Amino acid sequence: MSAPCCPPPVNDTGCAPPAKAESAACCPQAATPAGTCCPPINSTVNCGPTVADDRPGYKLWPFVCGWLDTPAGSVPQITTKLTSADIFGRWQMRWGLGRNRYSIAPGLYAIGSPTADSQVLVTANYKMTFDIVRRDMHSHDLWLLVLDTKGVNVWCAAGKGTFGTDEMIRRVQISGLDQIVNHRTLIVPQLGAPGVASHKVSKACGFKVVFGPVRSNDLPRFLRDDCHATPQMRRVTFGLVDRLVLTPVELVNMRKQIMWSILALFILGGIGPQFFSFPAVWSRGGAAICSGLLGVFTGAVLVPLLLPWLPGRAFAVKGAIAGFVTGLLGVVLLYASLDWLNSMALLIAVTTVSSWCAMHFTGSSTFTSPSGVEKEMRQAIPAQAAALLVGGGCWLAAAFQ
Amino acid sequence: MSELRYLENVSTLELDQEKCIGCGMCAAVCPHGVFEVDERKAQVVDLDACIECGACAGNCPVEALQVKAGVGCASAIINGWLTGEEPNCDCGGSC
Repeated sequence: MSAPCCPPPVNDTGCAPPAKAESAACCPQAATPAGTCCPPINSTVNCGPTVADDRPGYKLWPFVCGWLDTPAGSVPQITTKLTSADIFGRWQMRWGLGRNRYSIAPGLYAIGSPTADSQVLVTANYKMTFDIVRRDMHSHDLWLLVLDTKGVNVWCAAGKGTFGTDEMIRRVQISGLDQIVNHRTLIVPQLGAPGVASHKVSKACGFKVVFGPVRSNDLPRFLRDDCHATPQMRRVTFGLVDRLVLTPVELVNMRKQIMWSILALFILGGIGPQFFSFPAVWSRGGAAICSGLLGVFTGAVLVPLLLPWLPGRAFAVKGAIAGFVTGLLGVVLLYASLDWLNSMALLIAVTTVSSWCAMHFTGSSTFTSPSGVEKEMRQAIPAQAAALLVGGGCWLAAAFQ
Repeated sequence: MSELRYLENVSTLELDQEKCIGCGMCAAVCPHGVFEVDERKAQVVDLDACIECGACAGNCPVEALQVKAGVGCASAIINGWLTGEEPNCDCGGSC
């Protein structure tokens, strides 16, 4: 095993004396409740602008509740309480409404009233990540070093390299962390490891990287146990709730494909014996759109939810099986009104669309490898294309019956 | 819930036990328990759980690990095919 993590703090003779952080109240002029430095979120106005708050052209984030003086300058203190705006922002992100990136300024933040001995956590500047970390660190005194990941979560940013070795070294240096703390340890989320070469970080800036748990809600226990992560804390899981919250992302990512398909199906629906029929645009086009949407719902919502129980390893197979079942259900329910060509079209369309959508859920899953996804797609896409042609052919032929 | 498993025999992960010094970093950073370290050497005990994230290779101080790292995401790979670039996560915001 590697050297024990969290070595006893060493006094670096080269650095300035530790900050007298405990005495740095956040709101010198205002009366704050005894025992806490951070006033309730609604009373931040009572704080009165301090020198650091009051700069032309700057607007303070509502989560900043005060400032700590340190040898490397003043550091914003952040509240661990999420407001309804934070929660609404998260919901907005999940549904892709209004904003593409949801980021905060990178740099050093303080949770509670950390001192020179307090631990340093590292995270990404995706606000959803930042919010979850500060919420989970309620009643702790810590430093939070936020890297510039362009508003992307830790795992994806680590894959891209923006949550990475170079940015970590740079951010440690810019923040003057070596003057603020008297130890030399950074606690980095484990899912940052694809981007962070720990031996290179310690060589370049003297800070040793200790990989913490995957989930921030395990951090309190990890810190209590002297930075020891249990095997359970190191494993990525993909439970029902994880899968459920990612389904809107899937639907939003597909919205363009869905819109264009709807348009194409309306136009194709009008084609018939009289060359082009406007009533058929609604009746036949509408019916085709409904079966397509049933396929999308099956592949992008039902498959993620039922993932562990669907047979097959490849997502495209799981999607096809689920789509075949819901498609068959549709055929049975509409038995009286569908001829055999339209029934075939419905069954094939739902199966194919569901397979395609399920295949795209590989991107949200936590256990697929790029080699595996590529292999799956090389087999699935030709099959899906062929099925689409057959299904579409059945549907168009049905118009001429 | 049963553990979710993906395709078998696809991972490009390779461990050179000659170079391995048994430091245990690979086992610590792996999110899927692919490695175990005993008798001062790492071993691949569950290759099919590997997602090729590259954490182990990047954190191996003696470069005993090789893997073609990337993202296991269909949209990213299709984008890679279309643009001729390496697949990446830039699919519009929240992935």
